[in-house]
Amino acid sequence: MKVVIELKQVCKTYNHKDMVVNNLNLHIKAGELVVLVGESGCGKTTTMKMINRLEESSSGSIFIDGKDIRGVDPIELRRNIGYVIQRVGLFPHLTVGQNIGIVPRLTKKDPAKIAKKTIELLDMVDLKHENYLNRFPNELSGGEEQRVGVARALANDPDIVLMDEPFSSLDPITRGQLQNELLKLQEELHKTIVFVTHDINEAIKIGDKIAVMQNGKIMQYDTPEKILKKPSNRFIENFVGQDRLWKTPDMLRARDIMKKDYVRIGMNRPLAHAVELMREKNCEALVVVSSSGNNPDYMKGMVGRRQINKECDHDVRMKAIMRTDVITVQPDTPLNEVLQLREKHKLRFIPVVEEGITMGIISEPSILNVLTEIIPESEGF
Amino acid sequence: MGDFFQYVAGHLDLILEKTGQHVGLAFSAVGLACLVGIPAGLLITRNKKLANAVINVANVMQTIPSLAMFALVIPLLGIGAKNAIFALFLYALLPITKNTYIGIKNVDPSVTEAAKGMGMSRAQILYKVEMPLAVAVIMGGVRIATVTGIGIATIATLIGAGGLGTLIYQGIGMVNLPMMFAGAIPAALLALLTDFILGLFEKKLTSKGISS
Repeated sequence: MKVVIELKQVCKTYNHKDMVVNNLNLHIKAGELVVLVGESGCGKTTTMKMINRLEESSSGSIFIDGKDIRGVDPIELRRNIGYVIQRVGLFPHLTVGQNIGIVPRLTKKDPAKIAKKTIELLDMVDLKHENYLNRFPNELSGGEEQRVGVARALANDPDIVLMDEPFSSLDPITRGQLQNELLKLQEELHKTIVFVTHDINEAIKIGDKIAVMQNGKIMQYDTPEKILKKPSNRFIENFVGQDRLWKTPDMLRARDIMKKDYVRIGMNRPLAHAVELMREKNCEALVVVSSSGNNPDYMKGMVGRRQINKECDHDVRMKAIMRTDVITVQPDTPLNEVLQLREKHKLRFIPVVEEGITMGIISEPSILNVLTEIIPESEGF
Repeated sequence: MGDFFQYVAGHLDLILEKTGQHVGLAFSAVGLACLVGIPAGLLITRNKKLANAVINVANVMQTIPSLAMFALVIPLLGIGAKNAIFALFLYALLPITKNTYIGIKNVDPSVTEAAKGMGMSRAQILYKVEMPLAVAVIMGGVRIATVTGIGIATIATLIGAGGLGTLIYQGIGMVNLPMMFAGAIPAALLALLTDFILGLFEKKLTSKGISS
């Protein structure tokens, strides 16, 4: 059972003047992890808190599974929505086990079932229950505390989980671990998660979708890839960071690294032309395209220096000597696949082809360019 | 020293009676102060202005010299135990109300936010989260109030309320040192013992997760 969240023209004002959230529309699909990201004061936390009515919207409506939440008792609503906050907020006077079981106990669930569920949840967040069940929060590290926080949020089997900067106060290594574990958990559980952060890197890492917010409005709501590649305006571009794409190699596709101004030659051109072109453009390979038809870039094959050096007849046509068993990739082939292909077939040039049309070519320099952009960043880490 | 034990042996009934009166005065005053002060302390956590007003009034009560307080209550309640209990009650009110207020206010806001976000009602947050976390501070107030109350109760004899003070004042007046000590030593022991017992009680009420 999964749940859809919908915000329609939601506004939040304080004292009828400060617009914290301004006419916001957001549709969150069931089982999606949506990240609200923005600078402090952009309204992201307020937006999230309106979903479990910790804040009441000033106007507009919020629907969960088509039901207006204003018609639901806030206590009941919150018991069915998991809630994780930055400062964890574990109850210091209760043991880890009691902390996790508190909401189920309030709803008068069977104690034996609660105990079983608590153990399951602890194991799920990678804490050995025999070691942790009876410990108090002050005996835990920051990372362990937040693991318990996540387990507690899941205790009542909510379909929705709200997470308010849950990993922001952790050290980078622990933060990374917990992000990975959240992703792993999400693969199993498919909860509908609303995650608030100011950290765009975190948003890109974990979000199925990202809503970038500024001044109480959503500036762009899209997949991480689209946000990186097609920022809808200058603000997003700056927020994301212009060279941000290059720091996320797993998001790079063939089209991002290909050289668009490759050198092409018609299939009926003679060898002499090819030799001249190569010398003039200082390149190692030419893409042979059909000169007939509407689109001159329709790819027929390739010629490299090897084919050309074998020939003595300067009048021989390209179509006679070109290689036609060329391995090509699609524009959206991921970088790692391109690199694997290159390695496996010892390729020096890989044309990027879409529906028979050459879009560009990937060569050694174009890959090197990408790598030099990535490496300084990885060294600094 | 021998005189003292002789006096105690000879007047055991009197000493026990006075001790009983003393305990009665101090404990009923602190008991009443708990009944009023703890709810008052909880109530004023909702409103800062009210909190300041209540704590200021209680502070003023505390500054009135104890003998003067007994005297001031005479027109209201006359002399006797009632007067003494009321005056002691006024003294006990400040530490209990103030500590309750501080105890609840000092609960980490992230804890109450988490509790609210998880779907606990206002009352559940109070009983299951705030009170257990504030219990040590509240009990601290009760301990101070009780020990102070036992001390001030020694002068309640001056308005005819009895208690161990009777032996002390009579002993001083008659230059009867054994009699004086027979009042003073039980009064001191009573204060120490009560503080010790309340301390044990406090420890029992406080979760291991916050005591260390």
